[in-house]
Formats: sequence, C-alpha cells, structure tokens
Amino acid sequence: MGELLLQVKNLHTSFFTDAGEVRAVNGISFNLERGKVLGIVGESGSGKSVTAYSVLRILSEPGEITDGQILFKGEDIVKLGSKQMRTVRGGKISIIFQDPMTSLNPTFTIGNQLEEAIRLHTNRTKKEARDRAVEMLTLVGVNEPEKRIAQYPHELSGGMRQRVMIAMALACEPDILIADEPTTALDVTIQAQILELMQDLQKKLGMAIILITHDLGVIAGMCDEIIVMYAGSVCERGTADEIFYNPCHEYTKGLIRSIPSVVGKKDRLVPIAGSPIDLLNLPKGCAFASRCDKAMKICLDEKPEEIWINSLHIASCWMNVKEVYDEAAKEGGPKDE
Amino acid sequence: MSRPIIEVSHLKQYFPVKAGLFRTIPLKAVDDVSFSIEPGETLGLVGESGCGKTTVGRSLLQLYKPTGGDVYYEGVRIDAKNIRTYRKNMQIVFQDPYSSLNPRMTVSDIIGEPLDVHGLCATKKDRRDRILELMELVGLNSEHANRYAHEFSGGQRQRIGIARALAVDPRFIVCDEPVSALDVSIQAQIINTFEDLQQKLGIAYLFIAHDLLVVRHMSNRIAVMYLGRIVETAPADEICDHPLHPYTVSLMSAVPVPDPNTERTRHRIVLKGDVPSPLHMPSGCAFRTRCRFATDKCAAECPQLTDRGEGHQVACWNT
Repeated sequence: MGELLLQVKNLHTSFFTDAGEVRAVNGISFNLERGKVLGIVGESGSGKSVTAYSVLRILSEPGEITDGQILFKGEDIVKLGSKQMRTVRGGKISIIFQDPMTSLNPTFTIGNQLEEAIRLHTNRTKKEARDRAVEMLTLVGVNEPEKRIAQYPHELSGGMRQRVMIAMALACEPDILIADEPTTALDVTIQAQILELMQDLQKKLGMAIILITHDLGVIAGMCDEIIVMYAGSVCERGTADEIFYNPCHEYTKGLIRSIPSVVGKKDRLVPIAGSPIDLLNLPKGCAFASRCDKAMKICLDEKPEEIWINSLHIASCWMNVKEVYDEAAKEGGPKDE
Repeated sequence: MSRPIIEVSHLKQYFPVKAGLFRTIPLKAVDDVSFSIEPGETLGLVGESGCGKTTVGRSLLQLYKPTGGDVYYEGVRIDAKNIRTYRKNMQIVFQDPYSSLNPRMTVSDIIGEPLDVHGLCATKKDRRDRILELMELVGLNSEHANRYAHEFSGGQRQRIGIARALAVDPRFIVCDEPVSALDVSIQAQIINTFEDLQQKLGIAYLFIAHDLLVVRHMSNRIAVMYLGRIVETAPADEICDHPLHPYTVSLMSAVPVPDPNTERTRHRIVLKGDVPSPLHMPSGCAFRTRCRFATDKCAAECPQLTDRGEGHQVACWNT
C-alpha cells in the first residue's frame, strides 16, 4: 500500500443562496494514496467539481464546508488558516481547470504566470524560476519553450494552453493533482494527447491524481478507483473493473446503458427517465429514487447506507440489501417447509 | 435507388478575413464538399472543431450565401430566391438549447412561429391543436405550453427546439451537435426521440457531431471532415471498423471507450501537433503536416475522393 495522502471524511458542502440552502455535496468520503488515480464521475450538478473545490478550499461565495474532515497527510485542512492554506494550495495540491481559454490571464505572458507560481511556493530566484518554467514546458511537450515563454495565452491553441496549465500545476511538484474536466473543451485527437501526457507525467513524477469528468470513456482507461456521484452523494465506489463490469447501483447501470455501444450494434439506447433533481429540495430517501425504475418504498423513505459488495467495491443502493435478503430467503426457504 | 432528397455538389464557403488595411484573404471554411442524402437516411458528419462541419449545414440551408457549388432538394437547385419556399422542407436543430430559444417567448409561441411564417394554420384552434400535437410528439407535457424556455431543463429545451423544427413538417433536418450540451442520461433520451421521429415520419438527417460513438449509433453513413474537406466517407460500421484515411484511423483510435479492458490494451495513434490555421492552409493535402505517411506528392497535389468499393470513398494518395 502506498502512502495515504488524502482522506476525505463525510464532507458536506452547501451554498447558502437567497432561494435556500443548496446542498451540493452530502457526505462524501474517500481515500487517496500516492501514485493512484481516483476518478470522480457524474452529471452536471452532481457535486464532483464542488468536492474538488472543497478540497482546495476555493469555493466561491456563498459556498461553505458545513461538516466533515479533509485530512491531507493526517492534518485537517478544513481548520487551516488562509495563510497556511495558501502553502498547501498550488504547492502540495494543485488543480487544472476545464477551460484553458479562461483560466490563464490574458494580460500576462506564459512565462510570467509560470514564474509567479514557482516563486510563490519555492525560494528560487527570478533566473532559476525562469529556468524551471522552461524545464516544465519542455516536460509537458510544448515545442520551442524559450519562445513560448514570452508569448501571451491568446497566441496558443487550446491544447497548448492546457499543456501550460498542466506545467503550472506541476511546477511545484505537488503531491496531488486535481484535474477538473481537463479534456472536455478539447477535440478528440488533442484529448488523446493530453490524457497520454498526464499518464506519462504521473509515471515520471509519482503524484496522485483526482480526475473529474462526465465522460465514462475517459475515466475507464485512466483510473485505479472510481467514485460515481449523483446529487451530491456517492452512489458507488470501486475499482474500474468493478464499476464497469459489475455495477451495483441503479444509477451507474443506467449511465452505462445510456452510452451507444462500441461494437456498433444498433440497439435502442436505454436512457434514464426524467431529469436531474433539484438540489434545493433533496428528498429524505435516496436522491435517485424518483428516476429509478426499481425504486421500492424504502428508497423513498430512507437514505441507503454504504454496503460492501466485495473488498473492492462499495455501493449505496437498497437493491443490494434486498438481494441479500432474497438470497437468504431462498436458502432459508426449503427449511421452513 | 430512389432519388436523393438532398444533393450537395462542390459546395464552397469562403469567409473574407481582414489581413491588413485594404487586403482581405479568404478563409476556406468549406472547400469542394459533395455528398447526397436519401429520403429517411441519416448521414453523420464528424470532425474536430473548426473543420467546417457546422458551416456545411448552414450553407446547405442558405443561412450563409455559398461562395460556390450547388445544393439540390429533390433535384431542384436551391438558391437565395427560392429558399423561402423550401425552408418548409428543410429545417435545423441547433447545438445549444440555452441560446437558441428566445427567452421572451412562451413555448407555444416558439413552436407556433414557423406555423405563422408559412401560414400553415387557418384558424387559432388549428394552430393551438397543432402546437399541442407537436409537443406530445417530442415528449413534452402539453400542459406546459404557456411556460417560458428558462423553466425547462436542457433536455426539455432541446425537445422544444426539435418541435419547432418539426412544426412545418420537414422532410430533412440538419442536426447541428444536438446532444453535445446535454448530460449522458439525457443525451440518450434525445437520441431515441430523433430515431423515433425518423421512423414515424421518414425524415432524413444530416447529423453533425464530434462524438463518434453517438454518430455511429445514429448514422447509416458517415463522412469525416478535415479542414474544410471530406477526407473519407463510408457506411457507418465500415468506416468505424475499417477506416482507411490516416486521419480517420487516428480519430477512431483516439475515441475513449467506456470499457477498462479495451482502454488498457488499446493502441492510441496520437497525432502530433495541432490543426493548421485555415487561413494558412498547407499546400496539397491539408492533413500532410500531421500525417505519418506524408510524401512529396501529398505536398504537391490535393487528393480527391476515390471509390474503394462498397460505398467507401477516401481522399488520400497513400491508401
């Protein structure tokens, strides 16, 4: 087992809006070890980005962590002061955002922005910072780094900008890299370049990655462990094989059925009925119950608990409890007669 | 074979771009594109952003004035003069259901507008009935006819857009990335709606998208575009399983597949570099700057689509 870097325990994050409390994250827990890739997958509004922002404490107003712990190497960073937090953010844990077009400052050169990050977190001189910036750009595969360093973001293509973002995030050798939909804004062939790059860099530098995406295809090949989220809660957590080949939550099953098959069979797709629920009025039972065609009475009344399917797999769905009972009833059945 | 419903031949669409105080240079968004679509058929059009796939859809409907080439609807040449009568037969569904619906109009006004424009309903009651019928047809609750677009979710808004396109009873619809802005579970609902409508009404689609899995699922045939030109076209399964053009090959190998075992064992052919600027197009074959097989001939001459049997056409010197 690798070194345990991050432990998130029962995290709750809410946004206190005029319309009421939007409970974006409702009790998510996970562990992350050095050198592992954790995937968080879910639809828009499922709380996957808010989870990442909570870990970095960059929630925008009126967002607030209302409960839970985030332990980074054993230290609860929810309780850190803003000054201490600044050394963690960017230095120990860093992030790449979805849109490389808007996450770089258009009025500064690439070099300027890279050097700023490096000098904030290390005590390198200006000259050393510049050398480090060039080194990082070379590492992420930007051609002619000495020339690029004097260019402005608008002079680069989308794929190049995302490479610069990655260089910036990795410049201070963080322990954890959070990638929030890193390839969603990019074309397929550029996406392939960036994913390949992230895998290479992880092998070279050994950091842990939290990969957030809505694309089950991206997550399938990259991740050691996958968390499926719906309406701010964890539906299911397990290894990639378990999630894709043995999905145990009705939502995960639905998601997998909704994707057109690769083999090209023209079977009709099986969509999930209805539309995502309103986070302002979460039901008291399972959040997915209103869209689930297997919903039982208990699903509407009680939140499902996490159930260990096997040593690699946890799911929060009452169906799994029912199956256990059904099985027991079947085995116990003949004895009664 | 029946007569194609849409025929596009040598379509060109150039946009002038200022390159100095007095000088403009043409941006060749679409260059010499030809294809045809049979009644009730779906042609998928794929390619990366900036390759001109959206422009093809819009030029075809005369939303831009094409620089050159012809578009035929059932054998009749379409131009700026007669397009108004033919818009009844050819419609479009846009990508972004958030910006393509007027926020100040109710759903019934949005769906009713094309009916008014073409004078299709004689009485108010006819109009009302037709709107409700259309809403039911695309799976919207007809009780919501007086609501505004912002009261609906993304998937439902896209249904409003589809109902608007269907209002005039078209025989051909350009679907311009209609599911790209939607979540996976909603995407499947809309794809099914498109398929149901095609079966019920026999509509032909030009289905423009960048998601290859979705395009393969929807289409009978697929055309792949790169920098304004079609580089390969073939029946959907054929082009996905046996791509010939080096660009299509790398495109297919780059599609992320939701299956861990396939992903682990796959061999991605990662293209070097970025798409060149359409303002400074490479000479000859536009793909040669990123192609592994490029030769001198590729730089000298632009390859044309040639037949490789069973409806498979490729524009490449080396395959």
